[in-house]
Parts: sequence; structure tokens; C-alpha cells
Amino acid sequence: MSAAANKTRLVEEMKAQSGQDPSQCFQCAKCSAACPVTAAMDLLPHQVIRYLQMGMEEELLKSKTPWICASCFTCAARCPRDLDLARMMEGIRLSMLRCREGNKFGPADLTPEQLEKLPQQALVSGFRKYNK
Amino acid sequence: MARTGVFVCHCGTNIAGTVDIDQSVEASRGFPGVVHAGEYRYLCSEMGQDLIKNAIEEHNLDRVVVGTCSPRMHENTFRKAAAEAGLNPYMLEVANIREHCSWVHREMDEATPKAIALLRAAAAKVALNDPLDIPELDVEKRALIIGGGIAGIQAALDIAEAGYVVDIVEREPSIGGRMAQLEKTFPTLDCSACILTPKMVEAAQHPNVNLITYSEIDEVKGFVGQFDVKIRQKARSVDSVKCTGCGICWEKCPSKAPSEFEMGMAKRKAIYVPFPQAVPNVPVIDRDNCLYFKKGRCQICAKECPPEAIDFEQQDVVIERRYGAIIVATGFDQLDPSIYGEYGYGQHPDILTGLEFERLFNASGPTGGKVVRLSDGKPPRNVVFIQCIGSRDKARGMNYCSKICCMFTAKQAILLKEKVPDARSYVFYIDVRTAGKGYEEFQRRAAEEYDVAYLRGQVGKIFPEEDHLVVHGVDSLSGKIVEIKADMVVLAAASIARCDAPEVGRKVGINSDSYHFFNEAHPKLRPVETHTAGVFIAGACQAPKDIPDTVAQASAAAVKAIGLLSKEKLQGEACTAEVIQDECSGCLNCIAVCPYTAITEVEIEERHHGGTLKRTVAQVNPSLCQGCGSCTATCRSGSINLKGFTNEQILAEVDAICL
Repeated sequence: MSAAANKTRLVEEMKAQSGQDPSQCFQCAKCSAACPVTAAMDLLPHQVIRYLQMGMEEELLKSKTPWICASCFTCAARCPRDLDLARMMEGIRLSMLRCREGNKFGPADLTPEQLEKLPQQALVSGFRKYNK
Repeated sequence: MARTGVFVCHCGTNIAGTVDIDQSVEASRGFPGVVHAGEYRYLCSEMGQDLIKNAIEEHNLDRVVVGTCSPRMHENTFRKAAAEAGLNPYMLEVANIREHCSWVHREMDEATPKAIALLRAAAAKVALNDPLDIPELDVEKRALIIGGGIAGIQAALDIAEAGYVVDIVEREPSIGGRMAQLEKTFPTLDCSACILTPKMVEAAQHPNVNLITYSEIDEVKGFVGQFDVKIRQKARSVDSVKCTGCGICWEKCPSKAPSEFEMGMAKRKAIYVPFPQAVPNVPVIDRDNCLYFKKGRCQICAKECPPEAIDFEQQDVVIERRYGAIIVATGFDQLDPSIYGEYGYGQHPDILTGLEFERLFNASGPTGGKVVRLSDGKPPRNVVFIQCIGSRDKARGMNYCSKICCMFTAKQAILLKEKVPDARSYVFYIDVRTAGKGYEEFQRRAAEEYDVAYLRGQVGKIFPEEDHLVVHGVDSLSGKIVEIKADMVVLAAASIARCDAPEVGRKVGINSDSYHFFNEAHPKLRPVETHTAGVFIAGACQAPKDIPDTVAQASAAAVKAIGLLSKEKLQGEACTAEVIQDECSGCLNCIAVCPYTAITEVEIEERHHGGTLKRTVAQVNPSLCQGCGSCTATCRSGSINLKGFTNEQILAEVDAICL
């Protein structure tokens, strides 16, 4: 665990992407209590933020939770700290792709097999990124 | 020609660290009118003051400039020192070379010329200073307390015991406030009414305390020592003198309305006392719900009343009275949790706020003291308490911690276990905050001895299912989603400012924070004073507060009021505005901007070409003027001067700085 460094690449990238600051969270966990898809998550939403606060980048990269997130924004609607966790999740997904894979491909470079394997959320992220 | 002395303070290294003191002293010697300049490490010390006093004598100084900290800190200290050496205290000026200079600059070569400029400005101003007299004001030996809760009652009793007359103005028909609604008090679990009602009775019986209930403040004018207050005593429709409080009227009254005291969970009659121990025990007729006032018939209360105390013709009465001091103790409201759709408050009878749940324990409450579900009258087995409803919520609620909820929740969980032994309590919390004497121990007792399950997390949604409520939450410590089949849910709704706090603040002339809680003059050192002299605050109108803190603050406010009332005369403001009536054009714009209604129009006679001419001009009442300077800034012809800050003096300062 790299708890000392909050300023890991993933966290910084996520902050830049989402405009949300995980240090604002005081871990009331209302996001997790409200989330409709926690049953399929390996980390609860509030734990994802905790991992960001602790700079636990490697552990977070292994988690499926950001890819399970349905972007329903219930967490954002409930958060007493006015944090938009859905946006953070999106930021994490983008950052994960960038940290792990780099910016290697454009949509045209993907083969049909790759497209089949690619998670839906990554496609959404990709479209958002390339549509700018 | 002025004989000015300039004294520059090092303030340890606070000033000397950034400002070259020697250079400043040297430069000061060259200012017009300056005959002496000196420096000292701490001018505010006795040695420093002696230095000034000796120099005044030795060099025959008639004016003094001190280059020190802000005048808010030590202006009085130095004025007193100058007065002790025989000068008029207003012949001294402070050049603020700490807050305005050394503290905000890093480089000595930049800060030093600025300090010199500030000293030069002060020297230029002081050369034009005139001796001013401090007016003396009378003090009306009577205090007004707005709000008759525990804060108001405590303050009133303290002031009354000190020998001064005090009036409590209470909006409701009875004094008692929020504390009267509570069943037990934490952390000792003594019965709230048992400790409150003796104080209510004491206030009613004390010869120095007047209760003005069912009344509100209409208007506050005047100033410290002489506040002129209009109090609207609403028509009670019952003659307080004749009424014996026998209760026949409210027994016989046929119309009902939701009881405010019972948070709407029970009905009261149209003629009612809010609760059995009400003080005064005189009912009021709620005219909106009374059959006679609505439809012109009934009058059963009047027919049944043995002493014939019912008076349908009674009108509102405006009491006009003068007070020396005012204490504002208007208390708090509870946030309405229906803004949170996920909790379902207002949509199900078994989802209650903390204050509503509290009433279920009370023998005179809506359930006669039985803790039962309002839906089916059965005792609850599983009760879920949720903390921080609207507190610590900057998105939809209040950003602050309401301070009392952790403790009242622990209290209610303990009381529940005692009333319903097989009940189980669950508390969803973000943090348990129990700072206070005996508080932590109390909360731990709830968790350890009363089997209260504390779950660190929040609730995402509550929905009814069959005969219970499903509470969907999370325990963040185990990282597990928790679902509880609850019979009742209690929401610890935030304590918020009274909805009409801004209006009260405006009337009394005190300001409040962004949540509408009244502001104290200093968060640490002047906790019960306000920025308006003579007005003090106590209790939860200042911030969420528990009973011990409220009572302590009320006694503190009382001491401040007593200190004020005990003075024979008050020192008024020397720096007041003055109209040069020869130059005044009579536009009277100054009247519109004066926040203290100190300016009036007056007709003067002038000689004009051999005849006399009548002309309207402005006139300042110096005992009302607080010296804010709005009028001088507004005056188009520059014919209003603020004493001590005349237009000439200000321009001399500007010139000196621009040199």
C-alpha cells in the first residue's frame, strides 16, 4: 500500500478528468447504501473513494467496481458532500485505461475481436474522449 | 502650532521584523508639527505607556501619534495613557503599522516606506484633531429577554436575582420552549419537566420577572441603555386576571386542531394551553380554529367558564417600554426531513424525527407515554435511528454538525430499551461525537449495556414492505450492505435557526451567519455579546447547543446585562456627526442612509437681504448617532462632518500618503 502518496498518477488523472476531489469525502458511505448494483461489486463505492484517499492505486486497478458502476448517479444525488461519485468512477475508468494501456488506439484501430472483449464502459469513455 | 510626539512600537518582531524602526523614527522627526519621536519594544506595556506619558510632560506635547497594532486592539490603552498625562484622549491617533503593514509585507525595503507613509498620514490628521467630549448616557434599569425557553428563563432569573426588573417576551402561550417538549435529559436521564418546571414557576413568581407570553417584538429603536421596544401582545381572548386555569373551557370546546407542542401528532382544542404544566396556566383561543371566530356561533367556553374570563372582544395590545439591555434567546427549529425523498419522512407514520419520537415517551404525549407505532399501536421491536439528517450535509442540508443528535439518539435508544425491553435499536452514524462531561460514558452505556447496535454508515433508502419498513444501509467498517426490517425509523433531524430568525435579527439590529444563527461579537472572547452594544445572545439561536451549554451561556449573557444595568451612566460615542447648517442644502439624503435614525429635518431662520428666511436643514441627534459616517459620505455639499474624522482630516491624511 502506498498510503504516503495521495498524489499518485491515477488519482491525479482521475481528479483532472472528473473535477472531483476525493479528500472531500468523509466516508459516510451513503453512496454505497444507495447504490443499486453493489451486489456485483468487489469494492463498495465508498471503499473506492477510500482507496483513492489512501493512494492505493494498484489495489484499485485490480477492482471491477468502476466497470460495474452503471452511471445511474444515485450516489451523486445522495452525497452530503456534494461529490459526484459517478463522475469520479468515469474518471477512474478513463485513468485506468490511460495508466494501464496508454493512449495507443483510436476507435478505428480496434479489431472486431478487441471490440467484443472491450467493456461497454470503456467504449462510452472512449467516445466521450474522442468526441471532444 | 501643533506639538506632536510620534512613538513607534516594535511589537517584539511583529513590526520590527519587517519595518525598520530607526528609519521610521528618524523620518517621523521631519513631519510637520512633530517635535519628538521615540520607539519602544512593546508600547502597550506599562513601561511603554510611561514612556509616552513622560514624553508628553517633558516635551510639552499636545498631540500624540502611536505607530502600533490596529486601533481595535490598543487605541483605548493609549488614549487612557494620554488622558492620564493630561491630554484629551482624542488628541491621539493610531497608525496601524502592524495589520496594515508589517503583517502583510515580507520585504523591509517595501514595508518601511509604507510604515512611514502611514505615520505621516496620522501626524497630518492629528494636527487637525480637536478635543472631543465623551457624552454620558442614561441607563434604563430594565432588561428585555426575547424567548422564554430555558435560556431566557435562566437569564431572567439571574438578572432578577441581581435586583433588576426583567421582562420575558415569549411567542407561545407558555414559557418553557423546547426543553418542555423533552421527556428526559442526557447524560443523567433526569426528567426534563422535573428540572424545568420549578424554574418556570420561579420565573412566574419572582417579583422582578414579568412574563409577557403570546407576544412578539414589533419594533426595537434606540441604543444601548435606552432601547425603545414595542411588544405586540396578541389577543388571548381570555382575561388572564379572571382565569383560574380550571380547564373546563378546553374540556368543553368542540373544535380541534393539530397540537404544535406535540409536533402535530395529537390534537388540541381551539381553546387550549400547550401542555399541562404551562406557565401561565391561562389558555388562549386559536381564532383560526375557533367555531365562534369562524362561524359566529358556539361560545361554549364562555358559557361554561366559572369566572367569566372568556373575552371574544379582546384586541392585540402594543406595549411600549424602554430597556437598558436586550438578551435574544429565541432557540431553534428542527429541519424538515421530507426534503430527503430516500427516507420517506412524511409518507409513513412510523418514520419520525427525534423530537417527535421524544414525545412518545411522555405521559402527556400523543400516546400517553406508550412507545408504540403510530400506524398500528403496537410496540416496536426493531427501531432504526439515523444520524446526521441534514447535518454535515453541504449538498442539501446544513454543513455544520448539530451537536446534540449523537447524545439524544443514545438517550432515546436507552429509554426505548427501558420502556420496551425486547426492542432492539440500530444507530446508523457517520461519527459519534460525544464531547461533554459524562457524554462519552453515556453513549458507551447505550452500546454496551443497552445492546444498541452502532453501524458506521448511512442509509440509502427506506421503503415499506408488508407491516414493516426496510432500511437499506451500509456498515462501512465491515464493508457490508445492511438491510434491517424496522418497525420504526427515527431521523435525527438537524437543528436549524428559527425560520424567522432573520426578521428578529433585523428588528433587534444584530447580524447572523449564513445559516441565520446570530453572530457573537467574537467567537472566543466575546461569546454572548453581539456587535450591537447592549444586545446579548444566549442558547441555540447562536448555534446548536445542548442544555448545559445553553444555561451556561444564558447566565453569561445575564452577567453582561447586569454589568450594563449596574452602571449609573454609560459612555456614549464621542465621534458623532455634525451638520454645518449654513452649508446644508436641505436635500436630506442623509436621513435616508442613516441606520440609526439619528438625523431629522429642522427649520432654521436665516437673515437674507435684510429679511429673515426659513429653510429646512438636517440635524443630528448625537445621542443616537453611532459615528458610522454614512451621512458624511452621502452629503453632496460636504456639510456633514464626523467628529474625529472630519473631511479636512481625511483629506489631510490622503495628502500625506500621496506625498
